[in-house]
Amino acid sequence: MAWIGERDLGTKAIAAAAPTMVTVRIDGQDVAVPEGTSIMRAAALIGTDVPKLCATDTLEAFGSCRLCLVEIDGRNGYPASCTTPVADGMVVRTQTDRLAKLRRGVMELYISDHPLDCLTCSANGDCELQEQAGAVGLRDVRYGYEGQNHLVADKDESNPYFTFDPTKCIVCSRCVRACDEIQGTFALTIEGSGFGSKVAASQNDSFLESDCVSCGACVQACPTSALIEKSVIETGTPDKAVITTCAYCGVGCTFRAEMRGEQLVRMVPWKDGKANRGHSCVKGRFAWGYANHRDRILKPMIRASVEDPWREVSWDEAIAHTASEFRRIQAKYGKDSVGGITSSRCTNEETFLVQKLIRQGFGNNNVDTCARVCHSPTGYGLKTTFGTSAGTQDFDSVAQADVIMVIGANPTDGHPVFASRMKQRLRQGAKLIVVDPRRTDIVRTPHVAATHHLPLRPGTNVAVLTAIAHVVVTERLADEAFVRERCDWSEFEDWAAFVAQPQRSPEATEALTGVPAADLRAAARLFATGGNGAIYYGLGVTEHSQGSSTVMAIANLAMATGNIGREGVGVNPLRGQNNVQGACDMGSFPHEYSGYRHVSDAATRAMFEEAWGVTLDAEPGLRIPNMLDAATDGTFKALFVQGEDILQSDPNTHHVAAGLAAMECVVVQDLFLNETANYAHVFLPGSTFLEKDGTFTNAERRIQRVRKVMEPLNGYGDWEIVQLVANAIGLDWRYSHPSEIMDEIAALTPTFARVSYDALDRLGSLQWPATEAAPEGTPTMHIDHFVRGKGHFVVTDYIPTDEKTGPRFPLLLTTGRILSQYNVGAQTRRTDNVVWHPEDRLEIHPHDAENRGIRDGDWVSLRSRAGETTLRALITERVAPGIVYTTFHHPATQANVITTDYSDWATNCPEYKVTAVQVAISNGPSDWQQAYQAQTERSRRVLPEAAE
Amino acid sequence: MSTLDQLVYMANQIARELGGQCPDRPVAATRDHLHQFWDPRMRQAIVAYLDRGGEHLSDIARSAVAQLRETAERAD
Repeated sequence: MAWIGERDLGTKAIAAAAPTMVTVRIDGQDVAVPEGTSIMRAAALIGTDVPKLCATDTLEAFGSCRLCLVEIDGRNGYPASCTTPVADGMVVRTQTDRLAKLRRGVMELYISDHPLDCLTCSANGDCELQEQAGAVGLRDVRYGYEGQNHLVADKDESNPYFTFDPTKCIVCSRCVRACDEIQGTFALTIEGSGFGSKVAASQNDSFLESDCVSCGACVQACPTSALIEKSVIETGTPDKAVITTCAYCGVGCTFRAEMRGEQLVRMVPWKDGKANRGHSCVKGRFAWGYANHRDRILKPMIRASVEDPWREVSWDEAIAHTASEFRRIQAKYGKDSVGGITSSRCTNEETFLVQKLIRQGFGNNNVDTCARVCHSPTGYGLKTTFGTSAGTQDFDSVAQADVIMVIGANPTDGHPVFASRMKQRLRQGAKLIVVDPRRTDIVRTPHVAATHHLPLRPGTNVAVLTAIAHVVVTERLADEAFVRERCDWSEFEDWAAFVAQPQRSPEATEALTGVPAADLRAAARLFATGGNGAIYYGLGVTEHSQGSSTVMAIANLAMATGNIGREGVGVNPLRGQNNVQGACDMGSFPHEYSGYRHVSDAATRAMFEEAWGVTLDAEPGLRIPNMLDAATDGTFKALFVQGEDILQSDPNTHHVAAGLAAMECVVVQDLFLNETANYAHVFLPGSTFLEKDGTFTNAERRIQRVRKVMEPLNGYGDWEIVQLVANAIGLDWRYSHPSEIMDEIAALTPTFARVSYDALDRLGSLQWPATEAAPEGTPTMHIDHFVRGKGHFVVTDYIPTDEKTGPRFPLLLTTGRILSQYNVGAQTRRTDNVVWHPEDRLEIHPHDAENRGIRDGDWVSLRSRAGETTLRALITERVAPGIVYTTFHHPATQANVITTDYSDWATNCPEYKVTAVQVAISNGPSDWQQAYQAQTERSRRVLPEAAE
Repeated sequence: MSTLDQLVYMANQIARELGGQCPDRPVAATRDHLHQFWDPRMRQAIVAYLDRGGEHLSDIARSAVAQLRETAERAD
């Protein structure tokens, strides 16, 4: 149920930009509300809470509990205030003797079939049934408790995070409606009728075995303890809450971290959160147990060689050693022999400090971030075409979309909360086009079906998008007026002539893309003519050798069809990690400062030089893969890695390992001894998002506060650790709070000019650019003109990847992630989420499996030109024949042993999505896997701290 | 693939893409891209490779690297 500190107005607000206002008199008090508002909500707005059970302001009114009855002058009977809208001049009474008697009668019936164990109930004091029984003045139950009832029923404890106790259920349907209306999974139902009615998951399955995705919406909606978090059962109800931002995906859900004393009891999505609008997924809602996991390293450690065991040391020794090593290496090999990697899991402030440490302290631009391996093509492509390295919309925009095109994204798994909002719009009638090699869940899910699924062959994105553009241009579906006004017309003409060439047509490209021409033509026509067209894309676009070209092809299509610059349209990259956008914004790339300004720009450099008191390098630095190359060549010797695990996440594991092994000092700052730490010489324990202040910036450019809810277990926030290192190498940083870092960011970054903690606290969040002209941020970009002036069309010729299938490697591997796990799994593998995904599996089509004699669950070897691993097979038609798919969440699999060095031409973003492979029956782990496991065990030995 | 092979591959890849995107100035576009995004040691390595004949560079990449060399020489 809603936390006791949060007001529930009973029914939803009327969503209208300029509603007609009506005035109603409630209990003698006039209130003006938008037409269509319920009596219940109008009453609540003047402080009158009409008793209720089935109503809550996150769901549509239902009118089943009959507790919210009111009297209305001139009307017969006692209508339910939740389902009855106000009318101008209406006179309502919410409290009369007759109403009180009716409500007590209703409540008597509920309580006659409810356990009388309030004092020992886990929801005691936080139960709406208990509260409403008091509100209606229930003093006795005339029917007794001996009649037929539901007081004997088994509790379902199968879900790792919450329980369902049917004896406590009042069958108000709030859980069912939350699953339907908010989450859109339709996993729950009311089975039976009348007295036999009961909540059931799927086909009377346990919650764990049902279609339930554990988003927690049902638990949040439940007015009793029928559905309740196990953490509340174990710990007790919370007594205070702190608003903070989730540290998982790029949706950036805001949560109330509900506490009892210093103990986190539960994370509940914040109703006022503008990114998530009160919803959550299984990761943000429940998978925070890693914060206290026994694997967390809380003391700094050093070692001379990666063959040695770790030695716990004091913070002073660890910091001094780090500084000394970096200075020694620079003195010996030159200032450009060191660098660092910022983290998209860390805050803007921490990321800014790491790149500052490298630029100001180490004197070079050898800084990169994990966006290198996910959305760097988005930065390049959108900056080239539109002028800004970011998506164009806010998430609310999807509610205005008429045609939604999802390209290379799996939102129900990767961005589940946004997917729920997308599904809400699709259920209202918007059309869906999915461009993806796999039949992802969004293609067909309850009450949602894609109008078109274009199952392209991996690596042919540009050909498909060009073919769509071919249809738009040759069938004269382009928005010429928009293009003439907003874009460079001559560039458009060049582009239009290019895409109109016969060899770009759907028919001509069908053989290579695998997409039936008729389907593609129909999808193109729908997108161009179906109203507001919005494109959402993910790593299936960027992680290709033509990733940047694909992003530009998407931008071309949006411009050509006039789908930029207003609500309901746009180009929307679904960012992978919580702060990918922010890490990029903060100057984490080796060629640019915060705000995407190139290091060669003298004016920008001068501004930073004045602020930081040093001369800055005007040359771009090394990207992550270039750092590893330089390491194996002997010119790059030391790396500071904050909150990343490049050994598991980056392609061609053997190459990453060789690069790390060639360095003389690798510093890893993380929560756990990750895979990269196998090659580290210094380990600096990190802090979780619960333990520090800062900000994250989500996929819609929304900057949101991260608030400390508990002290860091290691003693320091990550920003403090970087400051210690900076000062140890001779800098003079004096930040006493992350807000001061943000002030510096704002002073040095024009798009952040009006960002401050005060502004964020006042407004809740800010979408950059937040400038003098837009002090409260910019939800929709490029409204009147593109940031670069005229929109820039780029001719994007399809160039096949050089990663080819052939007799030795006849299948194409594509990789991705799953709902319950997050990236390298460092966090989610240390939670109960492993019940849903305990290992990476290889999805293979039945045809390909049969050809190889593979049965479901068999161990199979997966081999590419780069390497080999083994994992178990999952036979499914989600993948097409010739395609196999796996996730990369588990280090035991190390899926990136398979992926290659091929990368995006513009940004070096790895081509994770196309690897030629062979699959065969296997007996078990490969030699490499066994050797790696042994190495990992050796590497993680820790000697206790020596006695003083 | 050795680092040098990787650099040659990347230069050709960039030249191939920009050759299509910027048909009027493919060499200059490739040169600018290398200048904007490649660390000096990478540029030096590819220039040195050209000095040794640059056997596997495409025509556009070869010309772009030659222009990089000229730019570097002027800067010196």
